[in-house]
Amino acid sequence: MNMNTSLINNAFFVALRHMRAPLIFLVAIFAISVGGLVLIPGIDAEGNPWRMDFFHALYFISYTATTIGFGETPHAFTDEQRLWVIFCIFLSVIGWAYAISKLFAVIQDRGFKQALTGQRFARSVRRLGDSFYLICGYGETGQLLARSLDHLNIPFVVIDIDPERIDELDLQDYLFDAPGLVGDARLPNNLIMAGLTHPSCVGVIALTNDNFANLAVAIAVRLLNPEIPALCRATTVDVAANMASFGTRHIIDPFEKFAEYLALAIRSPGSYRLLEWLTGLPGTELAAERVPPRGRWLVCGYGRFGQAIVRHITREQLDVTLIDPKPPSRETALPWILGVGTRAETLWEAGVNGAVGIVAGTDDDINNLSIVVTARELNPNLFVVLRQNLQANHELFKAFDSDFTVVPSEIIAHECLAILTTPLLSRFLAIVKRKDDVWADDVIARVSAVTGTLVPAVWSVTLDSRQAPAVAETVRRSAMGLDSLMRDPVDRNRQLPCIPLMVVRGAEDIEIPEPELMLREGDSILFAGMSSAHQDQQSMLGNINVLNYVLFGTEVVGSWLWRKLTGAEAGL
Amino acid sequence: MNLEKVVFGFFIVLAATLNFGFFIGEIDKPHHHHVSELFAAIVVNLIATVLKFGDRTQIGAIHLATSLVAVLQLIAAAVAWGYAVYMSAEGLTPGATASVVSLSGGALLANLISVTMLIAETVMLRR
Repeated sequence: MNMNTSLINNAFFVALRHMRAPLIFLVAIFAISVGGLVLIPGIDAEGNPWRMDFFHALYFISYTATTIGFGETPHAFTDEQRLWVIFCIFLSVIGWAYAISKLFAVIQDRGFKQALTGQRFARSVRRLGDSFYLICGYGETGQLLARSLDHLNIPFVVIDIDPERIDELDLQDYLFDAPGLVGDARLPNNLIMAGLTHPSCVGVIALTNDNFANLAVAIAVRLLNPEIPALCRATTVDVAANMASFGTRHIIDPFEKFAEYLALAIRSPGSYRLLEWLTGLPGTELAAERVPPRGRWLVCGYGRFGQAIVRHITREQLDVTLIDPKPPSRETALPWILGVGTRAETLWEAGVNGAVGIVAGTDDDINNLSIVVTARELNPNLFVVLRQNLQANHELFKAFDSDFTVVPSEIIAHECLAILTTPLLSRFLAIVKRKDDVWADDVIARVSAVTGTLVPAVWSVTLDSRQAPAVAETVRRSAMGLDSLMRDPVDRNRQLPCIPLMVVRGAEDIEIPEPELMLREGDSILFAGMSSAHQDQQSMLGNINVLNYVLFGTEVVGSWLWRKLTGAEAGL
Repeated sequence: MNLEKVVFGFFIVLAATLNFGFFIGEIDKPHHHHVSELFAAIVVNLIATVLKFGDRTQIGAIHLATSLVAVLQLIAAAVAWGYAVYMSAEGLTPGATASVVSLSGGALLANLISVTMLIAETVMLRR
């Protein structure tokens, strides 16, 4: 904390330290000038000798030194006095010139500028009253996430090592001014300045393209503010394991994630469909997707992405043929074709005709597109999985109609959002991944009964005094069923368009709970439905009067005085 | 020997002594308190104050604070003196002199605190 305050006061002290010499010089000049004027004898209009006093001397020097020029007061000067005044004028000009040049030098000083921007940044972070997220790394993923957070009205602070990206932050049309710091996220001081230890900081998201920087952030969060969650991107198994050992709660590996989803889609299309549905953008139509077929797959590019894919889909008992220009770096028993998948010969050799699917997973976008175009020509029925590395190539990838497009930055951003906005969702998704198609189809049927073909909004409610004070108080004193939370506060006979997906009670998960379930204080409930239902529900969670109506169907008098006057019941 | 310390010590002590020189004497006798000494005290105090700019130590901050207090009091004394001599109809009455001198007395106290701190700092530094 001490470190922090000294950083904040830095700019002011740097300026003061540099201005010390010129200020003393000015004081000395004034003192000498005034002293001289007082000492030199003068003659007034009547010829009487007079001496200037300090008051008039200071008055005269003040306007002479600031080059205003005002004449000679209180009497005309003698030549001796004028000689002294000439000296004073030149002296004071030198003094001002020195002081002003020094001041400009200080303002131009790099250290001073840095201190000033740092100070401004720290001040804007300190002013953030609402809970905010700290985003380390403002690359493609960071920007995507920042836009989504802004859309959800959640403030955030950004650190990036590249000044151009922080400049870009100012150009974006965000609803509020997001503070941005140019600095290395590996340095704990920068993280502290960006609000890591700020009481309103509710989470840190490390998305830099440097695995070790993300690891350093994870460690800093663990040690400096262990209360808040850290979401970290990791693209190697080693770093992910290291992060996990530090208690990092959410480690996001986009390749691993996608490979897992692809395997799930092959194994259980229904579960995958449900998962897609729950993590999609609320309010959009759900696109019909092809189910990845079982059979022999070709995987082009056996890098980190290819390895993750192969690891997951071989578990589904699929045959895989690898295509890579380099011999395998890790031992693998799979058939291997040396070469680049962009050439038809290589694809023939790998047996593209007998294959059912192809994964174009190299780290070069143009090669990936070339692979899938060539492969589709050779076998039009191929199921195509395409990896897009750069957001800038989005238009090209949109033009090619692939069955799956993997955009790592989008996967990470979606995952972060899902974790941040509805923490229960990832818990539910873990359940979905274990379940079979029949169960998933049943859930889909229930959800689509209220939302149709639209992607549902997903939200969670915790019955505590902060999120749902009215309900928490009620369930402490009397029984209340889950169905009450789904009644329309305008007309209690109507059902809100939402369904509960899961109730978390302590360590216990109750999947797809019955509406008759009795609520307890501290329960967390995950809902899916129309976003309008979410808003309606909010009104009854906090307002005891609305809750009274929903439970008993009577309007309850709110004020104590009115109750006394009318003798009305207090309800709950 | 540290030249910075010499310069700073010099100005702190000089500020206190000049202030004392102006202050001493009967409080309402104008001829006991020479205005040049007040002027010199103000100048030296200003320099002592500026010398502490940018010092980020705790004791430096207190030094700056006491110097600022002394400067403030001395300038108030100068203003009171100027007002009595030029603006008030009565001129430099014993009452006006007394208020000028008592203001400078306040500054003297601040200056004495500065000197005390200077000594304390030196004693604490066992070098």
